[in-house]
Amino acid sequence: MADMIAVHDLVKNYGDFCAVNHVTFTVPEGKIFGFLGPNGAGKTTTIKMLTTVLDPTSGSIRVNGHDPTREQKAVRKSFGIVFQDPSLDDELTGFENMDLHGVLYGVPRGERHKRIDTLVDFVGLGERKNDLVKTYSGGMKRRLEVARALLHTPRILFLDEPTIGLDPQTRNHIWGYIQQLSKDEGVTVFFTTHYMDEADRVAGEVAVIDHGKIVAQGSPAELKERTKCSSLEDAFIALTGHAIREEEANAIDRMRMMGRAWRGAGRR
Amino acid sequence: MKAIYILCVRQLKRYVRSPARIIGSLGQPILFLVALGFGLRSMFARAGGGDYINFLSPGIISMAILFNAVFSGIEIIWDRQFGFLKETLVAPVSRLEIVFGRMLGGAIVALVQGIVVFVICLVAGFRIVSSPYAWLAVVFMFLIALLFAGIGTVFGSVLRDMQGFPLIINFLIMPLFFFSGAIFSANGLPKVLRIGLQLNPLSYGVDGLRGACSAVFAYGLKTDLAIGIVLTGVLLALGSYFFSKIQL
Repeated sequence: MADMIAVHDLVKNYGDFCAVNHVTFTVPEGKIFGFLGPNGAGKTTTIKMLTTVLDPTSGSIRVNGHDPTREQKAVRKSFGIVFQDPSLDDELTGFENMDLHGVLYGVPRGERHKRIDTLVDFVGLGERKNDLVKTYSGGMKRRLEVARALLHTPRILFLDEPTIGLDPQTRNHIWGYIQQLSKDEGVTVFFTTHYMDEADRVAGEVAVIDHGKIVAQGSPAELKERTKCSSLEDAFIALTGHAIREEEANAIDRMRMMGRAWRGAGRR
Repeated sequence: MKAIYILCVRQLKRYVRSPARIIGSLGQPILFLVALGFGLRSMFARAGGGDYINFLSPGIISMAILFNAVFSGIEIIWDRQFGFLKETLVAPVSRLEIVFGRMLGGAIVALVQGIVVFVICLVAGFRIVSSPYAWLAVVFMFLIALLFAGIGTVFGSVLRDMQGFPLIINFLIMPLFFFSGAIFSANGLPKVLRIGLQLNPLSYGVDGLRGACSAVFAYGLKTDLAIGIVLTGVLLALGSYFFSKIQL
């Protein structure tokens, strides 16, 4: 099986701070791959580099065989993404959001409309597709985003904490769709999450990243075996420690935090 | 090209679906038209200026276009906060197409709003002199719309939140409006102000629009048109440049 994502020796520095530190991994085609790590470990930075919105400091990336820094269009056509935060236009209907996406991705009209109908039904929004998105619940918006990400039949689906803030029913539904999709259409799935039970259940393979470095990689069963833990959550804590991480939105926050830590150390 | 089209359509849909915004943005031009137009009308006539409503209306129409166009550019901040911007920036279309779609859509919305205000001015007593230039009124209105959609896009791309918005309105947009010849002419002004008026891009739009409606141009039709087109081109380029520098 070919590798859908191949990352070799990837580095991203923000000034002195190394957000992603010599990371290497591959995701074979059709796999559901979980990318796990505490807050600020480098997950979102890695996704940004994989999805062409951030250039790496060094190292190489291949997404569907293309280089995100040089073949942006080819890479962008290959993936669909569900961002950590919502990214819908609330003033448009579900259908219009999907339609706009389809036009941006060059899906011909006839095929576009047919696929929109199939996908909104698939995520259970068929009845509501002509309602404005601002009338949707959080779970419905998420489902619409998943459907939208699939509209242009991508080979890879990136999900950055797709189930954050959702109730267990909706989480179950969303993973149900994704697992079915991976099975039926062979779509490769790359996701991040903080819910270890989800990762344990759906991921064929996971990588644990901490402080910008991959500290473990393998199937959930292998990780539990290696750390002699009964759950993936315990294994995760065994691998990354108990310290609570500060959430950092960006490099500036990170610098502030370093400054704070530094001043604190000085006072002691 | 399809990306430009669909992003224009998006903005028109958002405009039509927000009656509060349509009516809200009519409030200010109507207030200025009624308060200044009728308030100063007799004084203006006594001073030998003619009908003030005729003088003022092109200024008020420009004002409506100016505010709407700038606002549509500033909407980038909104789209950034509500996340829709990301959706367009990871799509396999160039940033240039996206920003052109946004600016064109914003300009069309502003033009529509300008036409609504035009009609209101006609109701209030604004009269157009029939001349071979009359059709140019729409051209100048659209140039003003595009130019300020460009300016709005520059600020929408640079600013990260809405806190800088009042600053732009009070220290850039309001002065541009007041010192454009929209409510008084450049004749008889102190020299510094007259130069200020001549440096203001809106002055040529207002004069062009007024000239198209009255067949009398203060700066000359060719000057108005040439400066309008060049500046619009420059601002669209600047808007595109700053938009292309947006980091997610």
